[in-house]
Amino acid sequence: MSDAIYTRLRALLGTTGVDRDVNGVPRATPESGDALSLVCRLAHEEGWKIRVEGRGTWLPSDAPADLAVSTRALEQIVSVSPADLVATVQSGTPLEALRRRLADYGMWLAVDPPGRPERSIGSVVATATAGPLRHGYGPVRDHVLGCTVATGDGRLVNAGGRVVKNVAGYDLTKLQVGGFGGFGIIAEVHLRLRALPRADVTLLARGTRDALTSAARELVSGHLLPGALELLSPALAAEADWMLAARFVGTDAAVQADVRRLGSLGELKWEPLPAERTAAFWSVAARGSLGGPITLRLGVLGDGVDEAIDLLAHDLDEGLVSAGAGLGMIRWTGDAPLERLRALRRAAATREIPMTLERAPWPIRRALGHFGAYREGVGQIVGRLRDTFDPGQCLSVALEGVE
Amino acid sequence: MKSSLLEALTKIVGQQWVRHRRAELATYAMDGLPTHESVPGLVVMPGTPREVREIVRLLHLIQVPFVARGAGTGLSGGALADPDAVLITLTRMNQILRIDPIQRRAVVQPGVVNARLSEAVLPLGLQYVPDPSSQAACTVGGNVAENAGGPHCLKYGVTTNHIVSLEVVLPDGSVTRLGSTQGEAWGPDLVGLFVGSEGMFGIATEITVRLERVPESVRTMLADFATVRAASESVSSIIAAGIVPAALEMMDRACVAAVEASIYAAGYPTDAAAVLLVELDGQADAVEAEAITVHDILVDRGARQVRSASTAGDRARLWQGRKKAFGAMGRIAPDLAVQDAVVPRSTLPAIMDQIEGIRRQYGLTISNVFHAGDGNLHPNISFDRRDPDVAARVRSACREIMAACVAVGGSITGEHGVGSDKIDYMPWIFDAETLGAMRAVRRVFDPTELANPGKVVPVHACREWCAVKSARTPTLRSGQA
Repeated sequence: MSDAIYTRLRALLGTTGVDRDVNGVPRATPESGDALSLVCRLAHEEGWKIRVEGRGTWLPSDAPADLAVSTRALEQIVSVSPADLVATVQSGTPLEALRRRLADYGMWLAVDPPGRPERSIGSVVATATAGPLRHGYGPVRDHVLGCTVATGDGRLVNAGGRVVKNVAGYDLTKLQVGGFGGFGIIAEVHLRLRALPRADVTLLARGTRDALTSAARELVSGHLLPGALELLSPALAAEADWMLAARFVGTDAAVQADVRRLGSLGELKWEPLPAERTAAFWSVAARGSLGGPITLRLGVLGDGVDEAIDLLAHDLDEGLVSAGAGLGMIRWTGDAPLERLRALRRAAATREIPMTLERAPWPIRRALGHFGAYREGVGQIVGRLRDTFDPGQCLSVALEGVE
Repeated sequence: MKSSLLEALTKIVGQQWVRHRRAELATYAMDGLPTHESVPGLVVMPGTPREVREIVRLLHLIQVPFVARGAGTGLSGGALADPDAVLITLTRMNQILRIDPIQRRAVVQPGVVNARLSEAVLPLGLQYVPDPSSQAACTVGGNVAENAGGPHCLKYGVTTNHIVSLEVVLPDGSVTRLGSTQGEAWGPDLVGLFVGSEGMFGIATEITVRLERVPESVRTMLADFATVRAASESVSSIIAAGIVPAALEMMDRACVAAVEASIYAAGYPTDAAAVLLVELDGQADAVEAEAITVHDILVDRGARQVRSASTAGDRARLWQGRKKAFGAMGRIAPDLAVQDAVVPRSTLPAIMDQIEGIRRQYGLTISNVFHAGDGNLHPNISFDRRDPDVAARVRSACREIMAACVAVGGSITGEHGVGSDKIDYMPWIFDAETLGAMRAVRRVFDPTELANPGKVVPVHACREWCAVKSARTPTLRSGQA
């Protein structure tokens, strides 16, 4: 069967567009949205299961499937319009390549997701994995103006647009951002850019978790406007104590004003990070999220951070934790048996804290689901949306778990 | 409509909250757009979420279409109901249920007036940012339906960026809660999908919004230019300098003339081709320094004069003309066709030239006021719809302006929504497959298409999508696990 699929895919995409993964599963690497949709349509017609892959650096490529579809050949930066602060990029484009190209234009994408710099932009969008800059620049959805998606049955949908403000039609883009590929495979995204910041300063404070979280609350209620205010666990920071990292990004005047005021607020001793170490510091922190096979996020508000970390420490461990100390999104990475994870989701749900599984081996994803503990009626809507965008259930994506 | 329906609705809300007489219904025949008109079959005004549920459940049972409506200030003919439909007016549901100053959240009913919410949270040093021009009248529920914007959306985002959770009554009368107070969803981003669905996915009965701190310092600057191009280039230069103003608003000569001839006269120079309002906010020191940079850019780009204000009173005076621009234009002629289109910012000067050409071709009065920072144009045509020849020319001009905006890669609406007014333009920017996807998503929420039927998606232009679950569930063929 696998040989027949391989042959059919080669007939469709040519010899360079198809190979096999380490287990011999045929893998299609289409170079255009049209080719991607043709692969999906073929799979739909034949009833083949598709594993969705980006560049293979975030979610493990282990979902059971008849064929894999990777976006790694969709790596063109289609256009950058500095005057309009918009870029159109194919979904398999590595973040680092995009960052460099944008910098050439004096542009910047204010998204700093966990993982490796060569992670694909499509994977960041599909999993909505925002990093510390979420504090100042919003979640991933705020940076995506539109996208082109191949549905499970091979339709090509062009959601949103290329302008920064747009309310024409329903906002289908929102469904794809953080949809984990359950509603289709993203081929291209239109991104909202910012001017490359003139100043980018990071300061660090160390101390007990309590001291840092209460200081962070104080900072946020003052008029400070950090781009990021991230609490890092000792294991993630590779330090003896917890660390609070404040990043100020913007014009020289705004950054200087914030840094001056930071020094005058509270008891913490802030140590400025030398400019040449700033990028490396955040990159190491981002890569820390790969320090275990499982990554999950908890949605809490600023004053719920302590309680949620206690919950993590109780049900799992306090290992690799990165928390938005101002707005509260908490990311945990480590290893844990399924039952502990289930218990955590239940315990979190009773506290009204949504838990999203961002990354895990397939058996965990399948059992636990990226999402769970849906509110009444939500599961039905999500199920019908999946039937709409993947009527043949070809996409091997575990949005919800199985009990 | 059937008297049995009138009776059943009366039983739910009480006699005084149902309107059925022709003269009463006529009040609801229009929204803020004078070019569309439709008298609803009945109007019902629920006062509680429970009444909304009961009304919707009833209408679903007997398959009668319905349209939800806030204050009726919309500008796309989106809140109009046909004679066979029931209009559900939500303005009675105007309670601010909770304000949480620590978490910066407010929970409101859909009928709460936008400006009232901001006033209520101001003493706590907070604000609800989306500020459409109609904010003194429009409701938060209507803002959610349309994904409304406003001048301050350049820096802070539109309505969708400020809604974290919704309790909604689906078109079958069932109730569900989307999103969470934290902003992290219990699943896919259904709040994001619901906001801007123009009342076609259900009715939001409780809305949790994000509040922002009132900035420590605000500086408003007003510059006037001899050409629109020079003003547009200033906008690009400010943004390229890495400064994100809270607002960047432009008015053209015709708009300034209308303002200055009205009771809202703000002292804008009437001989200028364009007037630019720049508002900076943030920390005092930062605002001070950025104001110097912006001033230099404005002068460098040819501003003839730059006025600056930092006290609330002085700023309000600079804003007055802009905030009242629509009102001032309304005084020129009996009717005002308010248009809403978006273009890539870099095309602003060229598109302004084209609009001027269209104006001359059709012999109309067009005043332009727009959110220059995000390329959101409002070319507004003052006219008298009682003159059929003029009305026809207005329609043609609107169409040509829209076509010009789409041709440069723009969109047909930035903040007013599609409604009835722009439904014919949808195929200009979306292909049949994408329109089909929209209709299929609408059917997920509303399988029999009862909620606000006939709006947004031109059904004839959709490729058919079948949302029926496939009987065949593929299993692994190659044995790989």
